[in-house]
Amino acid sequence: MNSLKKILLGDQGLVVIFAVAFAIVSLTVPNFLTERNILGLLQSVVTIGIVACTMMFCLASRDFDLSVGSTVAFTGMIAVIASNMTGSIVLGLIIALLSGTLVGAVNGFVIACFRINALITTLATMQIVRGLALIVSDGRAVGINDPGFYQLALSRFLGIPTPIWVMGALFIVFGFLLNRTVFGKNTLAIGGNPEAARLAGVNVVSMRIWIFALQGLICAVAGIMLASRITSGQPNAATGLELSVISACVLGGVSLAGGRAAMTGVIVGVMIMGIAENVMNLLNIQAFYQYVVRGLILLIAVLLDNLRSSASR
Amino acid sequence: MSYLSVQNISKSYPGVQALSDISFSVEKGAVHGLMGENGAGKSTLIRVLSGDQSADSGTISIDGIEQNYGSVRDAFDAGVIVIHQELQLVPELTVAENLWLGRFPGRGGVLDGRQLVETVRSRLQEIGVDVDPNAKVTSLSIGARQMVEIAKAVMMEARVIALDEPTSSLSSRESEILFKLIARLKAKGTVILYVSHRLEEIFHLCDSLTVLRDGRLAAHHPDIANVTRDQIIAEMVGREIGNIWGWRERSFGPVRLEVSGICGEKLPGPAEFSVRQGEILGFFGLIGAGRSELMRLVYGADTRRGGTVSIDGIEVPADNPRGAINAGLVLCPEDRKHDGIIQGRSIEENIAISSRRHMSPFGILQPGKEAALADRFIARLKVRTPSRKQDIVNLSGGNQQKVILGRWLSEQGVKVLIVDEPTRGIDVGAKSEIYDILYELAEGGMAIVVVSSELPEVMGISDRIFVMCEGRMTGEFARETFEERNILTLALPDRNAAHTV
Ligand SMILES: Nc1ncnc2c1ncn2[C@@H]1O[C@H](COP(=O)(O)OP(=O)(O)OP(=O)(O)O)[C@@H](O)[C@H]1O
Ligand SMILES: [Mg+2]
Repeated sequence: MNSLKKILLGDQGLVVIFAVAFAIVSLTVPNFLTERNILGLLQSVVTIGIVACTMMFCLASRDFDLSVGSTVAFTGMIAVIASNMTGSIVLGLIIALLSGTLVGAVNGFVIACFRINALITTLATMQIVRGLALIVSDGRAVGINDPGFYQLALSRFLGIPTPIWVMGALFIVFGFLLNRTVFGKNTLAIGGNPEAARLAGVNVVSMRIWIFALQGLICAVAGIMLASRITSGQPNAATGLELSVISACVLGGVSLAGGRAAMTGVIVGVMIMGIAENVMNLLNIQAFYQYVVRGLILLIAVLLDNLRSSASR
Repeated sequence: MSYLSVQNISKSYPGVQALSDISFSVEKGAVHGLMGENGAGKSTLIRVLSGDQSADSGTISIDGIEQNYGSVRDAFDAGVIVIHQELQLVPELTVAENLWLGRFPGRGGVLDGRQLVETVRSRLQEIGVDVDPNAKVTSLSIGARQMVEIAKAVMMEARVIALDEPTSSLSSRESEILFKLIARLKAKGTVILYVSHRLEEIFHLCDSLTVLRDGRLAAHHPDIANVTRDQIIAEMVGREIGNIWGWRERSFGPVRLEVSGICGEKLPGPAEFSVRQGEILGFFGLIGAGRSELMRLVYGADTRRGGTVSIDGIEVPADNPRGAINAGLVLCPEDRKHDGIIQGRSIEENIAISSRRHMSPFGILQPGKEAALADRFIARLKVRTPSRKQDIVNLSGGNQQKVILGRWLSEQGVKVLIVDEPTRGIDVGAKSEIYDILYELAEGGMAIVVVSSELPEVMGISDRIFVMCEGRMTGEFARETFEERNILTLALPDRNAAHTV
């Protein structure tokens, strides 16, 4: 009993739970463990997975970003419009990436330099940016002129769709950034104790701006992938994304109080969210119930986190 | 007939046996000392006593009745109150509100504000604590906060009061007030458990003593009159320590740090001083004298109103610690909980946070190098921990302090090292090791500033002493002229007024 508790509340507890859940689902839910379904599952978590990479940094440094959903929609829209206008997909993508970074940098600048609460700041930019997406598109979906744009999401490499590769690559890059670079350790230090980090020579202001700018950039990547998959720029795309992403991170053991985060945890968190949804779809459970289940999963995750930190004390 | 009796208490944390089979007893109205090296288990024992942590086995009895408490609240009700090493007040509430916390007076949830404040005011006066009951705790010095905590225990009419290193953040005058208070409580029959690393205090206050070592009972002395200082040290450390200061003659180079005309929000008077290469400059003053504020301004941790700081003739940027670090100036801050430890991160990361930029090409970490650095300082400063991966919050107070010191002692390219209360909460053995490191660094040409409220320490290790009082520099002494009385005189506010008029 005690050793079971130890495993579940230990560092790898979540991975164990995930493996067990995966095994049970594979055995009991028909059509779950098929190549088609697994690829579909992975495809469905691409947006959450990509954005979770940088949300992890935000949360680890004791910040918060609610504007990610809007930014994904806005940058997707920009990518489509700019590609259409310039006639060049590459140029369109660059403009989208830049505008995403800009949104993030503005968030970071306001939060770090004026010391305004991240929750409030990003709540404001969430609405501003969603508004901008509606304004540039006049509230309508914008179609893509050059069919080459579809290839971003449709193309495959070794039989696996490009977006999944992109997500996997970002997992590796951000895992490395968190664990093996000064940037990652400084992020965690700021989350652990911002004042001590400042006195230890960490440039807290510029770190914050960088973290948010990076978040904006990665949202743009997700926005482009999403626009390509749904073959248009949708001003109302990705609503509520911020909550799914934050849930996935918290599920993955990222502490909302800052200072604690792990890439493997976040990946598992993203997968759990994806699997729950996928299984409910396979079992034909009504969408209304899915909200309830998602909320329950989040609650359980937070309770687990609580147990874990009180066990280690 | 013993009043408080502790029997066969054991307690373990993952990877650490913090207490094994501890038994001792204390008479009614006695002050009982608890000593031991950092990590020996003193705070753990007190936490068990206060119901904050439950023991794995063993029993506690008060007045012959076996206690069976599961929470701090239960211990409260049994009359046991603990004043912890890390203070436990609610910073955003006022002094009066803190003192009443948990049992506010008034009927049906409506507070009687006047009664709240007036009772506290008269109680504080009664015990000689000079704090405004309406002041927010955030606005108080650490010393004043400590006094408030003690006042709280007195107000609760505790039968057993445990004090965990109470004087580590008190000025000598505040300590005197505390000692008087303890004498009064003792006369009332209260049992006092007193943890301290200061032998003088233990001899001054305690009737009996327990020494812990690595979680075990090293010695129990029912009557302190039968023990000597050296005996206690030997029981704690397991070896003899001769002269803990170990000061040695050094030669000085040209002026390294030059500070002139510094002033800031909390330090009105402009301050000036300079330190030479290889010199250790001590800053003495009572708590609240403005020493830490001055050092924070020098370091750029707070915003300066004016003045300059230069190292080897080159000016140091005024407004951020990072600039100072790059210029070779580092500060190990006073308040380790707020400004020092990075909670939730390992010992290794806490040590390497600043120096890792020198060993991380292109910002990519070299885990091997960081591990080696951490292990070196863990060994040298004798940090008691199962591994360098241990979360720093799981260390004992003194061991946390060692880690934060390690952070700055391991930094490379340092020309000026400022340490603010470096040995607060550190045991005798590790203290002398730290002084030794300071001497080594000074011999290498570093200019060192040591801020301390312990006069013996300042006199023991400094080459020169500056005295501060109420935000102004009031005196300077060269080593040949160190004289306890003269230094103290200049540190006391009232006498000073007479001097300057
Ligand atoms: N929450 C915890 N988790 C793991 N280990 C702990 C925890 N709390 C304390 N310890 C360990 O228990 C041992 C005893 O710690 P304790 O705080 O009682 O020491 P102490 O005698 O009070 O030392 P100090 O003089 O430094 O205050 C230490 O080795 C410490 O690392
Ligand atoms: Mg302690």
